[in-house]
Amino acid sequence: MSHALQDPRPVKPRSSAPSSLTRGGLPRWAPAAIAALSALLGAGIGAVAGLESRMQWGLIAALLFVGITYTASSVVENRRQAKDRVATSLVWVCFLLAVVPLLSLLGVTIARGIKVLDGYFLSHSMAGVAGFAPGGGVYHALLGTIEQVLLATAIAAPIGLLTAVYLVEYGRGRLAKAVTFFVDVMTGIPSIVAGLFILTTWTLMLEQGPSGFAGSLALSILMMPVVVRSTEEMLKLVPNELREASLALGVPKWRTILKVVLPTAIGGISTGVMLAVARIAGETAPIMLLVFGNPLINDNPFEGAQSSLPLYIWEQYKVGSEDSFDRAWAAALVLIAFVMILNLVARGIARWKAPKTGR
Amino acid sequence: MASTTPTQMDTAPPVVSGARSTGRAGDKIFSGLSKGSGILLLTIMASIAVFLTYRATLALSENEGNFLTTFDWNATGNPPVFGIAVLLYGTVVSSIIAMVIAVPIAVGIALFISHYAPRKLAGPLAYVVDLLAAVPSIVYGIWGALFLVPYLGGLTSWLNQYLSFTYIFDKTQVGVDRSLFTVGILLAIMILPIVTSVSREVFLQVPRMNEEAALALGATRWEVIRMSVLPFGRSGVISASMLGLGRALGETMAVATVLSPSFLISGHLLDPGGGTFAQNIAAKFDEANEFGRDALIASGLVLFLLTLLVNGAARMIIARRKEYSGANA
Amino acid sequence: MKLQRKNRLRASALGALVVSGALVLTACGSDDNSKPKDGNTTAAAPKGDPKACEGAKGQLLASGSSAQKNAMDLWVNGYMATCPGVQVNYKSSSSGEGIVAFNQGTVGFAGSDSALKPEEVADSKKICKTGQGINLPMVGGPIAIGFNVSGVDKLTLDAPTLAKIFNDKIKKWDDAAIAKLNPGVKLPSTAIQAFHRSEDSGTTQNLGKYLSKTAEKDWTYEPEKKWPAPGGQAASGSAGVAAQVKQVDGAIGYFELSYATAQSIKTVDIATGAAAPVQATPENASKAIAAAKIVDPAGKDLALKLDYTTKAEGAYPLVLVTYEIVCDKGNKAETLPSVKSFLNYTASDAGQKLLSEKGYAPIPAEINAKVREVITSLS
Repeated sequence: MSHALQDPRPVKPRSSAPSSLTRGGLPRWAPAAIAALSALLGAGIGAVAGLESRMQWGLIAALLFVGITYTASSVVENRRQAKDRVATSLVWVCFLLAVVPLLSLLGVTIARGIKVLDGYFLSHSMAGVAGFAPGGGVYHALLGTIEQVLLATAIAAPIGLLTAVYLVEYGRGRLAKAVTFFVDVMTGIPSIVAGLFILTTWTLMLEQGPSGFAGSLALSILMMPVVVRSTEEMLKLVPNELREASLALGVPKWRTILKVVLPTAIGGISTGVMLAVARIAGETAPIMLLVFGNPLINDNPFEGAQSSLPLYIWEQYKVGSEDSFDRAWAAALVLIAFVMILNLVARGIARWKAPKTGR
Repeated sequence: MASTTPTQMDTAPPVVSGARSTGRAGDKIFSGLSKGSGILLLTIMASIAVFLTYRATLALSENEGNFLTTFDWNATGNPPVFGIAVLLYGTVVSSIIAMVIAVPIAVGIALFISHYAPRKLAGPLAYVVDLLAAVPSIVYGIWGALFLVPYLGGLTSWLNQYLSFTYIFDKTQVGVDRSLFTVGILLAIMILPIVTSVSREVFLQVPRMNEEAALALGATRWEVIRMSVLPFGRSGVISASMLGLGRALGETMAVATVLSPSFLISGHLLDPGGGTFAQNIAAKFDEANEFGRDALIASGLVLFLLTLLVNGAARMIIARRKEYSGANA
Repeated sequence: MKLQRKNRLRASALGALVVSGALVLTACGSDDNSKPKDGNTTAAAPKGDPKACEGAKGQLLASGSSAQKNAMDLWVNGYMATCPGVQVNYKSSSSGEGIVAFNQGTVGFAGSDSALKPEEVADSKKICKTGQGINLPMVGGPIAIGFNVSGVDKLTLDAPTLAKIFNDKIKKWDDAAIAKLNPGVKLPSTAIQAFHRSEDSGTTQNLGKYLSKTAEKDWTYEPEKKWPAPGGQAASGSAGVAAQVKQVDGAIGYFELSYATAQSIKTVDIATGAAAPVQATPENASKAIAAAKIVDPAGKDLALKLDYTTKAEGAYPLVLVTYEIVCDKGNKAETLPSVKSFLNYTASDAGQKLLSEKGYAPIPAEINAKVREVITSLS
């Protein structure tokens, strides 16, 4: 986010601009030319050797690119420059290597998900649709996810917020240190462990049946530390002068916090909460243990089995027919869209609020 | 980063005398509330540990096998026999594979975004990486099972053909690539965004002076990175990797969709089979009776402790780095 | 101050938006899938007698065997068309889970491919306060051995060969043992990839029972729900195994026939010792199931004993009977009417007729009559 900090890359003297100070360097277009050459060679070698997998073609091309760059650079320039160029190309290769699977993930999900995704899919449940049959929809799961996530937020956001207030405004000594440390550790709790915890307490000890609320409880455990973390950062950004001014006017500390500190940071705080929501919306494991799943619409999260988007994807995946895979992909697309929208809204809020929280 | 620190606030003057009494009461209630939620958080953490331990001991006391060394999970059987050896092995191995692949690449991408990419590209790129961190794991799971596994055949048969002498890449069983190796690759892809984004943040915090000084001495870009960026960012990268590791260890759905589970330990990474803690819980949970659930909870407890250890270590390293770089915060 | 007010306004506007959005959402969904968008309506479920729904309402949770999942889908459809007041939610996982969920009181009834074990019956007494869990055979079906070998359309195997394939003794499709049973079939040298269920499964247990009866020498494992043999790969649920067999060349796996039908997976004919190898069809399975005996004819528990070693012409010996598990007495008051009414429907002629076209074999008439009797007596 803090790209403003990025140092401007000065134009290096190794560029092809004629300069009496530097020895001959590779021309500016050299990397592009080498890239094209090695891509050609890679494809050529691949085709000649009869390699089936395009991945191998790409890898050969990447190796060639690094090799050619190094040789060319060490011939024309010097060893140091050559090393630099190899590093540069390795970084590029890393980048491409990572982008391929990630783009493929998005591409496949969109391409396969769009097939059955339409108004009907969004507004119908799976009632009476056999696993192998086409048709049915995702409505009940979407509704379940929204309700569970809202409930989890209603539980986790206030607790997280107050904890952050405690850490920033009141906390000192060992308790605060312990809270800080364990909040950090808590961010790393595997979601399935949170699910197990609610299972042992809520389901097994209190003997409650499966419900959306049980899922929300587990989700709220996962959400709390994220909210605390982000809120804490935001509260720290609030200029101290604001607090001091308010206190100097005789306003009690709690009113200062409620009326001055929190409103100033509200943009960042809501961003943090939204990001936390986005994170828990995709959780499958705890939901799987706690809400049972339901092909029908159940709009009461406090009673009876519910479904949720991640669980729906898992169930449809398990059915294992073409139609159910289509539904799984479409639901995955809906889920990604849901999470992305939350993310975008969060970032929107952050951008919209950013100048006011600035120093 | 923060221009004020909480310690400054702590010395804030007490409420001015003559404030309305409601103020004092309000203050007490409010500080009580916020302190309460802090304590609540601690309580939740503690009770997670306590309850899991309690249920786990119920199961462990009747386990006929050795919890640490038994190669079987038959907790619903009579007598119950279960052990975590296979799960521990599978969890650790798949996470290590993921780390070996993901960390260098993630550092590469982070460097790319922070130091190589054209500035116009860097912003959106960072943004895309962050968005990818938010893709739910179940989506990675079905992508892995339906798309990655079939396409990985080329790579694994190549590894098997040319590197089978290494033992680990010797594929002894036939079967599609629903192996720990595939799981490792999928986990690597999944943790890539998080490791990248934390590392990038660290690289961006490198003091500009250091870099400019190096440049002024005529260093190439790579030399700048090697001499000033990487040393500065090392602990940050380590902690980012640990965070990624924590995620990989606890990942459930992606493993459950891709792996063909079995209770065998095999050094041949390409062979189908194996298991991880989280995957085993997800797979066995449904059919477990109460005792079986306790047994699974026992394995969950081990996972909890494992991630606790890893995350705790990561946080400590980060905390130390903060102190070290405090001056330029 | 002005600034903050605006903030608060915005925040509350956002909140209102979220809440109203959620409200709008609750209103626009529908459980009605009877008119799919592409027009080819799924055969409207035959409506039964609405009187059968008396007292039944609310949600009925059930879970268990994935072997009867496809049957359940049909039944639930048909039943809910008759009794719209009841929502039946059958979660298909495994027989093991069904029994566990039943014994924990989570579900109204469980579906299982094998009868309750004595210790499970003992467990069930906690939930059935005054009675115990009983097995009601509801539908039978052949366990198909699905295979996917490119170039091979028809495959015959016998029990010992099957056993050796599934415990990793036979590793290639062109093994002499297989070739001997399939004269004239050109078998490739592809490696055999045997898939089994990763979780406790009644289908696994039935296959185990069959193999241990008919191939004693090659299948020495106890017939348990857990997969006993070494080697092979695991997949979760009947559907998971079927999906793998469908995708992987050289694969073989076992599942209820309806999975093979639905995904058009080729199935193995079994050489039983009868004149001709027997194909896995509902009719052939019925012939084997017709010979089934009730273990304890006097009691309410109607667990069946199957004859796996049959050599009768055209009788497919590898069958399973799937049960619904309920309490004979002491069912939960709130679900009892729904359970009775739903099971009445599944045991009725209408319910049984629905299934035969989908690859299931109906229960022999006299056993079915007994089942109906017991259902009426549930309390």
